[in-house]
Amino acid sequence: MSAFLKLLFRNRLAGAGAVVLAIIVVLVLLTPVLPLQPPNVTDTADRFLRPFSEGHLLGTDHLGRDLLSRLLWGTRLSLAVGFAAAIVAAVLGAAVGIIAGYFGGRIDNTIMRGIDMLMAFPYILLALAIVAALGPGLMNALIAVAAVNIPFFARNIRGITVGLAGKEFVDAARLAGLGHGRILLFELLPNVVPVIVIAMSTTIGWMILETAGLSFLGLGSQPPQADLGSMLGEARSAMITAPHTSVVPGAMILLIVMSINLLGDGVRDALDPRLKSGALSRPMAATLVERERVPEARGEGLLDIQELQTQFHVGRRIYRAVDGVSLTLEPGESLGIIGESGSGKSVTALSVMGLVASPPGVITGGAARYKGQDLIGAKYPRLRSLRGDRIAYIFQDPLSTLHPLYRVGDQLAEAILSHHSVSKAEAMQRAVGLLEDVRIPNAENRARAYPHELSGGMRQRVGIAMALANEPDIIIADEPTTALDVTVQAQILALLDDLRRDRGLAILFITHDFGVVGQLCDRVAVMYAGRIVEEGPTAEVLDDPAHPYTARLIACVPELGQGRREMAAIPGLPPAVDNLPEGCAFAPRCDKATPACRAGDIPLAGTERRRVRCIHPETDVEAVA
Amino acid sequence: MSTALKAAGLEKTFAVGKPLFGPPKGLVRAVRPTTLEVGTGETLGIVGESGCGKSTLARMLVGLLAPSAGTIEIEGEALNRADPAEFGRRIQYVFQDPISSLNPRKTIRQIMEVPLRRLHGMGRPAREQRIREIFDSVNLREEFLDRYPHEFSGGQAQRIGVARALAAAARILVLDEPVSALDVSVQAQVLNLLARLRGEFNLTYLFISHDLAVVEAVSDRIVVLYFGAVVESGPAERVFSTPRHPYTRLLAQSAPVPGRPLTAPEQKDTELPDPLNPPPGCAFANRCPRATDICRQEDPALRPMGGDQFAACHHPHEV
Ligand SMILES: Nc1ncnc2c1ncn2[C@@H]1O[C@H](COP(=O)(O)OP(=O)(O)OP(=O)(O)O)[C@@H](O)[C@H]1O
Ligand code: SF4
Ligand code: SF4
Ligand SMILES: [Mg+2]
Repeated sequence: MSAFLKLLFRNRLAGAGAVVLAIIVVLVLLTPVLPLQPPNVTDTADRFLRPFSEGHLLGTDHLGRDLLSRLLWGTRLSLAVGFAAAIVAAVLGAAVGIIAGYFGGRIDNTIMRGIDMLMAFPYILLALAIVAALGPGLMNALIAVAAVNIPFFARNIRGITVGLAGKEFVDAARLAGLGHGRILLFELLPNVVPVIVIAMSTTIGWMILETAGLSFLGLGSQPPQADLGSMLGEARSAMITAPHTSVVPGAMILLIVMSINLLGDGVRDALDPRLKSGALSRPMAATLVERERVPEARGEGLLDIQELQTQFHVGRRIYRAVDGVSLTLEPGESLGIIGESGSGKSVTALSVMGLVASPPGVITGGAARYKGQDLIGAKYPRLRSLRGDRIAYIFQDPLSTLHPLYRVGDQLAEAILSHHSVSKAEAMQRAVGLLEDVRIPNAENRARAYPHELSGGMRQRVGIAMALANEPDIIIADEPTTALDVTVQAQILALLDDLRRDRGLAILFITHDFGVVGQLCDRVAVMYAGRIVEEGPTAEVLDDPAHPYTARLIACVPELGQGRREMAAIPGLPPAVDNLPEGCAFAPRCDKATPACRAGDIPLAGTERRRVRCIHPETDVEAVA
Repeated sequence: MSTALKAAGLEKTFAVGKPLFGPPKGLVRAVRPTTLEVGTGETLGIVGESGCGKSTLARMLVGLLAPSAGTIEIEGEALNRADPAEFGRRIQYVFQDPISSLNPRKTIRQIMEVPLRRLHGMGRPAREQRIREIFDSVNLREEFLDRYPHEFSGGQAQRIGVARALAAAARILVLDEPVSALDVSVQAQVLNLLARLRGEFNLTYLFISHDLAVVEAVSDRIVVLYFGAVVESGPAERVFSTPRHPYTRLLAQSAPVPGRPLTAPEQKDTELPDPLNPPPGCAFANRCPRATDICRQEDPALRPMGGDQFAACHHPHEV
């Protein structure tokens, strides 16, 4: 709650709105006990007194009634009616929305068609029609305003509920014996309440205004009872001769609606979960770099990553996502990075081209050299000209790189045109050629398809074609087959393998699957808690792992053809990278750990060919040569 | 061995593009008539690619979805109405996404109490006692009970999901990709826990997964689904080592195995048939290297292939 208030008041305007509204609310709450003149006593001798007259601070109206008193009583009534209308609209709208969203199908269809019909009428016309049918009066105005606002709530809440009703916890509740009524009330409603609050806070201002509007037209509060709208309405005829009679209620309406709307926007922003993570500022074009020292160039490899350090600074916490990773990649080589979720594989890959989101990401050390030039700290135009041209990425979800509204052929042609000056027709021809290269049957036709018209495997092939568009030297593939079926995965892997053999492509392949690494990669690096713990030729690492973590991770994975068996699990969880233990990060889960393992930093030791970060390795990596 | 679960001719057809009034635009046969039998204490593995009807079948078996045709019999009792509460006492579901299967606004204790109260009408002290026992048997600390789902890792959340299924006291669990969302080291923890619970409480499992190696490691028998129908079934140790159906063989050859050279396995097309307009005959014919004319005319029936293996194919592979 205090975190919520802090977020709310960080927004100055919302804070100001809250203060103004609080003052108004306190005033109207105190109205019955304030020493005010009676609001409805007429005194025609004192008509149209100016403000600051004796005994009438804000003057009097056309019947000589005290304006201050009428203003406070009127505001009290307007606020009460506005709130009541908002609550009625929210309760009914939410009930309708939640029922439509949960049951779906025919019920949903019928309800939402009705709601659409309500929305088809102009807002105020509908309110007028309702009041006309029910007859003038404040209560009827309230009903009208609530009714015209129901669709807004119903649609909002229905949208949220549809998303929630598909969640597995709803199925789980049904299997636990809950009926529909209980699921609606106890499972769904608690998840919807924040949305209702947001919707209310952003519409209540308008509802007050609409009620005032009806009263202004004489359809709301009836004389002599004062509310803000009727005060304005009665002052209309004296607009020129006694402007203060309209300015006073008008200013109050302005204050109320403005303060409520500012506050409402603030509440909405503060409740929005996206803002809680501190991502208030706009992301930068390239990852922030704050290096103290740049390692000397070693002049090795096509891509040489040296002691890369990438951190996430969230509040006061520092997550060491990548902590001193060094890797080299030769032309035509395929290097695998394997590790569990959160071990820093993706962040390593994204850091190379400055694609880690900043904030909160910061590259705090190391270098990544492409043909000897450091990419980290390179100017953005330089990075942009290399991205997709010399170094291309393939992601797990190809939809993240494909635009949903353009045909895939056009997108490929666009990718070619952005780095090469060729004619449109030529680019299109090359695009079709690329689709053929990734073995999309009937490429000419498929080039005219939109991304959503393709199956997952086809889309990933288009993703690969995209990456190949400018014949890059390096492809960085981050779990490109994880979301695909095995039969499709086998084809994509075979395709990548052919491409690197035919074109001398270097591939940095990120995965958590030993089988995939074993088939595609020449060398493999194993990551744990942001560091490389073992590196070497794939077959050697898989057959004869040196690091206890690698050995035990391999033992966890069943392999096809080994039959029914008990799997060896590693107890515990990987450590959180904002709170790494001293010494070896694997020590809390390692059964070979000794006090020396926890004493200090353990270096990645061994030969150029094979390295391990462990003082009690399973095999001697220097002996095997 | 008694029969825990029997499904006969189970079938599900979804109407798509349904207007407010009038007939739907098309019918999708998500599950074609399927017959299954699982013995008490047995683990039946169900494999197949995305969209082949695994989850639709599972949801019918636990009563979350009404079948279009066919019957379900659990522990000798026919359950003819898709009433999850009725099914829930006998068969429970463990979901693929462990976090989203727990209501974000409830504590673990509130989540655990629901099946005990609603399905078994237990009083407060009895519930507390039972929750403690269950948490103990799935290796979860009792202090977790007052926390909210987002505070747990995937592996812990999945164990909570298993605990909830146990709280319903069901003796059959449908495990729908229970470890797919987990890391390998945690995956093994959960699989071993499931194996232990099965022995301890004589549970029956239907284990659904797309990971052939995992299914092979945990199952007694395996059925392979393609395009909504069983194409092959048999003992776990035989189905992938001596597949009889060309599709099973394709699956087995596609699974990544270290050291095996990377060649795309033999198949023509990769696309599944259009579910709105299924081809006559064998659904696999457009991808099958062995397809002949009869395959495109006549839908092959599941027939015994010897060695307790069954396959639906006109030209099965020889052993
Ligand atoms: N935007 C972010 N803000 C804060 N921390 C982050 C952010 N992105 C990643 N991290 C942290 O960085 C660490 C490494 O994450 P990374 O995505 O590289 O893991 P990974 O090995 O690719 O895992 P996976 O297998 O799940 O893809 C994790 O601890 C993660 O929580
Ligand atoms: S350094 Fe020690 S704790 Fe770490 S992996 Fe090696 S033996 Fe285990
Ligand atoms: S029936 Fe024919 S097409 Fe179908 S799997 Fe067998 S051989 Fe292939
Ligand atoms: Mg990743």
